[in-house]
Amino acid sequence: MTRARPKVARPSLAKAPTGIQGLDEVTGGGLPKGRVTLLCGSAGCGKSLLAMEFLVHGAVRYGEPGVCMDFEETEEKLRANVASLGFDLRELAKSKKLLVDYVAVERHEISETGEYNLEGLFIRLGHAVKAIKAKRVVLDSIEALFSGLADSTILRAELRRLFQWLEDHKLTAVVTGEAGEHTLTRHGLEEYIADCVIALDHRVTEQISTRRLRIVKYRGTSHGTDEYPFLIDREGISVVPLSSLALAHKALSDRVSTGIPALDEMMEGKGFFRGSSVLVSGTAGTGKSSLAANFVSSACARDEGCLYFAFEESPSQILRNMRSVGLNLERWVRKRLLRFHAMRPTSTGLEAHLASLHKLIAKHRPRIVVIDPITNLVSPSGTYDVKSMLMRLVDFLKVQEITSMFTNLTFAGDPQEGTGSAVSSLMDAWIVLRDSKPNGRPRRELYVLKSRGMAHSREPRELIVSHRGIELGIVLRDHTLDTTVTSPTAVASAK
Amino acid sequence: MRKKSSTIKRRRAKVRRSDFYRLRLYIAGQTPNSIAAIANLKQICEAKLRGRYVVEVVDLLEKPQLAKGDQIIAIPTLVRRLPPPVKKIIGNLSKTESVIVGLDLQPVR
Repeated sequence: MTRARPKVARPSLAKAPTGIQGLDEVTGGGLPKGRVTLLCGSAGCGKSLLAMEFLVHGAVRYGEPGVCMDFEETEEKLRANVASLGFDLRELAKSKKLLVDYVAVERHEISETGEYNLEGLFIRLGHAVKAIKAKRVVLDSIEALFSGLADSTILRAELRRLFQWLEDHKLTAVVTGEAGEHTLTRHGLEEYIADCVIALDHRVTEQISTRRLRIVKYRGTSHGTDEYPFLIDREGISVVPLSSLALAHKALSDRVSTGIPALDEMMEGKGFFRGSSVLVSGTAGTGKSSLAANFVSSACARDEGCLYFAFEESPSQILRNMRSVGLNLERWVRKRLLRFHAMRPTSTGLEAHLASLHKLIAKHRPRIVVIDPITNLVSPSGTYDVKSMLMRLVDFLKVQEITSMFTNLTFAGDPQEGTGSAVSSLMDAWIVLRDSKPNGRPRRELYVLKSRGMAHSREPRELIVSHRGIELGIVLRDHTLDTTVTSPTAVASAK
Repeated sequence: MRKKSSTIKRRRAKVRRSDFYRLRLYIAGQTPNSIAAIANLKQICEAKLRGRYVVEVVDLLEKPQLAKGDQIIAIPTLVRRLPPPVKKIIGNLSKTESVIVGLDLQPVR
């Protein structure tokens, strides 16, 4: 993504911010000001909502009143769309912030008897724009004209004239178009709109629906050509601006405690690097979640905000479980230092999960993020898309200087087998937990498999989880999974 | 008594309500198409609806707010307001047959 800087300074293209979370980031500031943007996609993909959000935010946040020429939806639907963003269409109209003109085009009504043009449309638009001194316009969806008017030559010529009219009047416009089979839009509007084209997609794969946005074209701006997942929820649209980043995050030298003094000892006495990613893997019941909870608890005690994403247990379950190991997480929840977000991995598309994650992180700005577990996200059957999205999430966290911890369930065997290389390469530190039964006495063990950038102890220690909390026991000598040679006498002498 | 929009007075003859045509022609300034439409309309009305019509010409450049009511996007547009149902045709009315069919001009019974 890095390009050589040009010698001549290029004039920057003025942009109109959309106010839609994430979209202004991926477009580098918003839509091209005073130009026409084409928004295309299949039915139900969110075009009208996006266009409306652009108008509403423009009017309410950026002081740019807007006009919507609505060719398709009824007033009821439009009012519902606007209400979903938290605004009242009638109030906005009264305060001259937003005007809607419903244009009805019905084929059977109109028969053509000779030459004509669409000056009536221009007059209506001009009248509305003048009435509220609008700076933004939405035409949704202008392709409805094609089904109403038989003469497409006249229509196309007039559309060209209309887009030019919008530019001449310095209006930032969004035009929506239905996705075509072989072309971007059914009637080829992309021929007339040269400055910016955004495509929305709504796919259902294996019964899970995912929504994606792609900037097909944005003249004058270098833009990511990736597909960005986006959500539609109670607050409107949120785009996840996860792009393929260069590995450009800073390496921080601050350290953050692991929450277990003995473990800090193993890591140069200081703990993890701030902004690093930590993987905690282990077979079932080895204490991964307890370790994560402990980490979070110590961070909260330092007044650092934490976000805990739970994919398996409900927050109340986690709180109860942690109480049994002496961790009182409720007080942090009450103080809003610790926030839980629980969801079933199969409830929505994984991209949607990542989009929610992203949104919550942006909203609460935590210093620590825990994802417990990521097992479903990195399963071998997972698609490449999801893994690459996880990569981008980790990257994003690092750029935000958030220290992250991920737990992963592995099955008996080499930890490296259970966790794909795609994931482990993302992680700066890797702590392995496991069970073992030396001499028939079962116990848990912890060791630091890797920790980049620091001298760390690789010696396994016993992990003791009790109602007093988590502690590390003695260093265990000569460690292999199946055989451990520590005998009671050796243990006594080590002490 | 001069009005901005021109009206053609109807003759005071007994006309059945269902035979009386009230037409409104929307134009946008004195463009060639609009002028042609006015001329064509006069011709057709005199030929087919003599004595039982009223035509109102609305110039949207002077009254843009009127475009919304009848949902006007094309210019010229001719709207048959009476007798019901409302019918709308667009174009400069040069295709006479289309006008007659489009407006559903019935001869007097």
